[in-house]
Amino acid sequence: MMDTNSNIEERLWDYVDGISSAHEKSVIEKLLETDCEWRHKYKEILKASILLQESIELDEPSMRFTQNVMEDIAKYKIAPAASTYINKKIIYGIAGVFLTIIVAMFVYVFANIDWTSTGSASGITFDLSKINYGKIFSSTYVNIFLMLNVIISLVLFDKYLSVKKKKLQEQDLTNSSI
Amino acid sequence: MTTQPSDNDLIAQVLRGNQQLFAELVKRYQNFVFTIILRYVESREDAEEISQDVFVKAYRSLADFRGDSKFSTWLYTITSTTCITHLRRKKPDVFSLDQENVFARAENLNSGFSANDVEQKSKINMVNNAIALLSPDDAQVITLFYKAEQSLDEIATIMGLETNTVKVRLHRARQRLKEKMEKHFVAELSDLR
Repeated sequence: MMDTNSNIEERLWDYVDGISSAHEKSVIEKLLETDCEWRHKYKEILKASILLQESIELDEPSMRFTQNVMEDIAKYKIAPAASTYINKKIIYGIAGVFLTIIVAMFVYVFANIDWTSTGSASGITFDLSKINYGKIFSSTYVNIFLMLNVIISLVLFDKYLSVKKKKLQEQDLTNSSI
Repeated sequence: MTTQPSDNDLIAQVLRGNQQLFAELVKRYQNFVFTIILRYVESREDAEEISQDVFVKAYRSLADFRGDSKFSTWLYTITSTTCITHLRRKKPDVFSLDQENVFARAENLNSGFSANDVEQKSKINMVNNAIALLSPDDAQVITLFYKAEQSLDEIATIMGLETNTVKVRLHRARQRLKEKMEKHFVAELSDLR
């Protein structure tokens, strides 16, 4: 197989970086013993790798940087780990309830289908136009369910707004202390 | 001979209430974090502000560091996401390809070598000046791999990419670095050969 220049370089870089597989490593070692083009390229790449490792320098922030950070963090407490306040059992439980409702609905619908009917466009026996929507939505239980959804939505919206307010207050505090 | 405490030891102590030990972690990684961010923003003041933000975020969510990766990897992930958030909020600066600006910034680097070692300094300056000419993503990959000693998997975690994508990016970044050096630093390169 004719190795293109870029292919040789790529394989040698992987070898020099230590990320070649064991098989590839042994193949390259054999090529380095026998092929002078590979040996020449290897020396170039090794030199370049050492140059990069030794030459890259880091910028430094100001002398006060650490102090600034420590002054900043003095205002905060470490937040508890998310795992301590997110109970996965509750989340799985809620998901389980919703899945059960969905599965129950499907079972009810399929159980009520008249599979023996012939010649009709739809296998469903109940007539949608005959459903009394007014009766459904005047039901006490449905109204309670809808009211609960509204209340939960309002509570979540309030939590979202108070978190945002807290963040803005912290920002103002930071800006005024600078 | 006293050995320095490991990052995990320091974190455990900070979590127990010894807030002052966090300063040790800041000192260990401030240069890395600052350098990564400086690749993305032109101004040192902005880079310092964002770097500070990174360490504050790291401190506040220290309890979420599980220790299944290196602390440095976790910190650089916060750095990367904070940088991206900042860039999205701010209108991106036009990167100046004015080489004078680039060289002036690169010349501010602390070489750490004696002034007598002219050839060594010239080599170091060439490499760093060439890296300063790369795109921020290319410069970040090279810095994380060669200076921060992150593996390809760790860099993939930091940058939110697949490992193979990082491998390809690293190859391309090196290729582009070589092209920059051959284009802008012909004299220095010929001295090296």
